[in-house]
Amino acid sequence: MQTALVVKELRSELAGPFDLNLGAGACAAITGPSGSGKSLFLRMIADLDPNQGKVWLNGTERASITAPEWRRKVTYVSAESGWWADTVIEHFARNKRGEVAGLAARLGLHTDLLDASIARLSTGEKQRLALVRALLLCPPVLLLDEPTGPLDEESVTRVEALLRERMATGISVLLATHDANQAERLGDQRYRMAAGQLEAS
Amino acid sequence: MNPILLTPLDISIAASLIILDAALSIWLRLRLHRQIAIAAARMVVQLVAIGYVLRFIFALNNPAATLLLVLVMVLVAAREVAARPERRFKDQSNLVIGFVSVGFATFVTAILALTTAIRPQPWFDPHYAIPLAGIILGNVLNSASLSLDSFLGSVRRERQAIESRLSLGDSYREAIAPLVREAIRRGLLPIINQMSAAGIVTLPGIMTGQILAGLDPLEAVKYQILLMFLLSGGSGLSALATSYLAAWRLTDERQRLRLDRLQ
Repeated sequence: MQTALVVKELRSELAGPFDLNLGAGACAAITGPSGSGKSLFLRMIADLDPNQGKVWLNGTERASITAPEWRRKVTYVSAESGWWADTVIEHFARNKRGEVAGLAARLGLHTDLLDASIARLSTGEKQRLALVRALLLCPPVLLLDEPTGPLDEESVTRVEALLRERMATGISVLLATHDANQAERLGDQRYRMAAGQLEAS
Repeated sequence: MNPILLTPLDISIAASLIILDAALSIWLRLRLHRQIAIAAARMVVQLVAIGYVLRFIFALNNPAATLLLVLVMVLVAAREVAARPERRFKDQSNLVIGFVSVGFATFVTAILALTTAIRPQPWFDPHYAIPLAGIILGNVLNSASLSLDSFLGSVRRERQAIESRLSLGDSYREAIAPLVREAIRRGLLPIINQMSAAGIVTLPGIMTGQILAGLDPLEAVKYQILLMFLLSGGSGLSALATSYLAAWRLTDERQRLRLDRLQ
């Protein structure tokens, strides 16, 4: 299997050093207690927090391209979604409405939600819409931080099905989850994070 | 028409009003009489001191001394700007941002007024330069501190929104723009209020002062209008500089949001 993402000696004052090879179309699942550094690791790869070390995507070193370019290719979806406009649809490109509606429906969201105000959405609805927002960019690597944390069982199944479909097209996923069963179901490579250190499991 | 000069007796009669305040505080148990006495004493000492300093600087008539005094005033204003927000930078950035933006806005507007409208000979004559810089500083200080407070307060609240945009590949400039805009707006509100209320709700201080000093009301009004334009220009410049400097200080070469630089 071809390697998409390579992480070497990635570290900050709070966690690491980390090494990881993520295959194209593969999913690496990281479990571990909260506060162990799962989010820190994902944020460091996305270059959202200061860090040292090197990361490559398909042979391109992170430092050789601008940070926004990198983040469009290696996209982080946080456990707590962020919103900056009043209604849902304002967070998407104008010409993407159809695609948004399609993906939202696949995740069990009603199309009416697109025109709803953000303040009226539940945490689970926001979480799924944040995933849709990232998927629309078609990044080669997704860094998903507890993507199904606040979801019910049916929605979890829908999200996992959609992710598997994307992985089949060659998209790689780095998944942080507290759900060991989910790690088992999705992870081709499985790791455990403890006290800022990554161990294969 | 000459200004009516005050005698010590005139002032002592007015000072009896402070005694009245203190008596009121004791009678109603407001427990404010100490504070009233201290504040009144401070006010008298500060004003008399600045009176002597101004007399000294006017007599010196030396551009370097004038510049030094204005710089000290800017520094004091910058300290106020830095101290006001609840959120602060860990290092001295609050003070530096305050000093640069307040100093920049004050110098630009004061020099513009001195060289084009008021035109004393020479243009840096301390009789004009120092009071003008003082009035502008007071306003500029206000808008800079409101802008800084607004920006630093909202940036932590909006962290998720900003970082979501960064994660999706927006530039830091795009992600932070709504906060910068809001901070500049906040900084400009007081001067807008001041301009729209001027003459109806309030008789602005400078105009009142000049009328009391015997100037024709319409001449005093012209000065006040000039001053309001200067103040709005100064407020705009300082709100702009403060907001952009604070936004710039919260990012780095990889366009991250560096909240770790805040306390």
